[in-house]
Amino acid sequence: MKVIVAKPGLDGHDRGAKVIARALRDGGHEVVYTGLRKTPEEIVRATMDEDAAALGLSTLSGAHDVLIPAICEGLIKEDLGRTVVFAGGIIPASDRDALHNLGVRAIFGPGTSTSEILDFLNEVSSRKKSGESVGVGESSEWRWE
Amino acid sequence: MEMGVKEQDIVDSALQGSRRDLSRLLTLIESGFEPNLSLQESWTIGVTGPPGAGKSSLIGNFVDYWSSRGDKVAVLAVDPSSPKSGGALLGDRMRMASADSGDSVFVRSLATRNHPGGLSAYISTMIDCLAACGWNRIVIETVGSGQSDYRIAAFADRILLVDGPDRGDIVQAEKAGIIELADIIVVNKSDLEGSEQAAEAITSSLSMDTSPPSVHLVCSHDGTGIEELIHDIENCVPESRSGLRARERLISAWDSRLLNHPELIRVIELLETGRITLEDAIREITLSEG
Ligand SMILES: Nc1nc2c(ncn2[C@@H]2O[C@H](COP(=O)(O)OP(=O)(O)OP(=O)(O)O)[C@@H](O)[C@H]2O)c(=O)[nH]1
Ligand SMILES: [Mg+2]
Repeated sequence: MKVIVAKPGLDGHDRGAKVIARALRDGGHEVVYTGLRKTPEEIVRATMDEDAAALGLSTLSGAHDVLIPAICEGLIKEDLGRTVVFAGGIIPASDRDALHNLGVRAIFGPGTSTSEILDFLNEVSSRKKSGESVGVGESSEWRWE
Repeated sequence: MEMGVKEQDIVDSALQGSRRDLSRLLTLIESGFEPNLSLQESWTIGVTGPPGAGKSSLIGNFVDYWSSRGDKVAVLAVDPSSPKSGGALLGDRMRMASADSGDSVFVRSLATRNHPGGLSAYISTMIDCLAACGWNRIVIETVGSGQSDYRIAAFADRILLVDGPDRGDIVQAEKAGIIELADIIVVNKSDLEGSEQAAEAITSSLSMDTSPPSVHLVCSHDGTGIEELIHDIENCVPESRSGLRARERLISAWDSRLLNHPELIRVIELLETGRITLEDAIREITLSEG
């Protein structure tokens, strides 16, 4: 699967994002890492240009309650609603439902093993193969838990 | 995706300027689709050189320069797929600061996917599509870590060979024959020690050539030497590489025929256990063609 790993927001650490990018590569995925400090518009544009099937958002800075919604809405607006969106980082439990309702299919906490993210992407593949629509702008109720 | 009508819709929409559908079209081409396009005039440059020489950073400078002057710049950045996992880390985009900056810049990362014969088979189709969609400067980045990677650059009209301060790497390029193809040689990282000597060493090793490529010393971090380099690129008269391209296409088609041959595994086994000679093996494969 072609996956974009992006880091919205202003914090300057991307070790975590790079570790994830490498793990996904080793799991057989083609991974584009966008680099630090990307705006939602830039992330949407990169997702479009790369025609990525999935977008992973890594946040540390509490960017999730503004930036992730802006990205999800931007994707849908640009006719990229088939993109599967997942998020990782420090996201309080109380904010998770809101993100799921926006179409984010999985939220991985700080301690998540990279193999769980690979399992998630495998599950996404098999659901897509069987015709289920699990993109950010699509109807499925499914979420990874 | 089903073949036929849907693909033609995507082609039409891309030609009418949909960025979304241009991007989807490139994906289709990557999986073997060949759109029917009229012959295109295109402006292309291949940027190659050893890993980490600064190709992407340099291209970032080109993108800024050209897009700010009204050009539409498209970049195809190729990185190798891991032969073990089949995955790839496509890290070029990250080094091009302005990759996501606006309507006049389009950057697409591509994995080599271990296509038999490399990506060569698809690159020229992608170039045609980009040109047909109005992208008037097309840049192809390939890492020069192996012959077939360098060879992708043969699909561009101009070839830029980028190296860092430690000249050792360019010896690899000499071996792969790319240095003969280069129109312009760039020694990047002029801020680092050894870069001047590297540029001199390259210049003197080329002094026997009748029309040696020009050698530029630049720094993609602070922009030193970049404008002169770009002027040189713009004034570079592209050589015709049609013979070379035809050769590349033939080699790549040949490789993929061989690697997809139904008898390949059996013939390799016979060869491995010494039951046939190499000549027999070749005969076996060419005879059982079909
Ligand atoms: N000092 C210095 N470092 C540079 C310069 N240009 C690039 N670099 C650094 O060199 C490293 C590699 O740069 P890239 O632009 O990714 O090089 P590349 O040739 O595209 O690398 P691959 O695509 O991985 O082969 C990065 O850490 C850059 O920051 C320069 O002019 N000076
Ligand atoms: Mg690069």
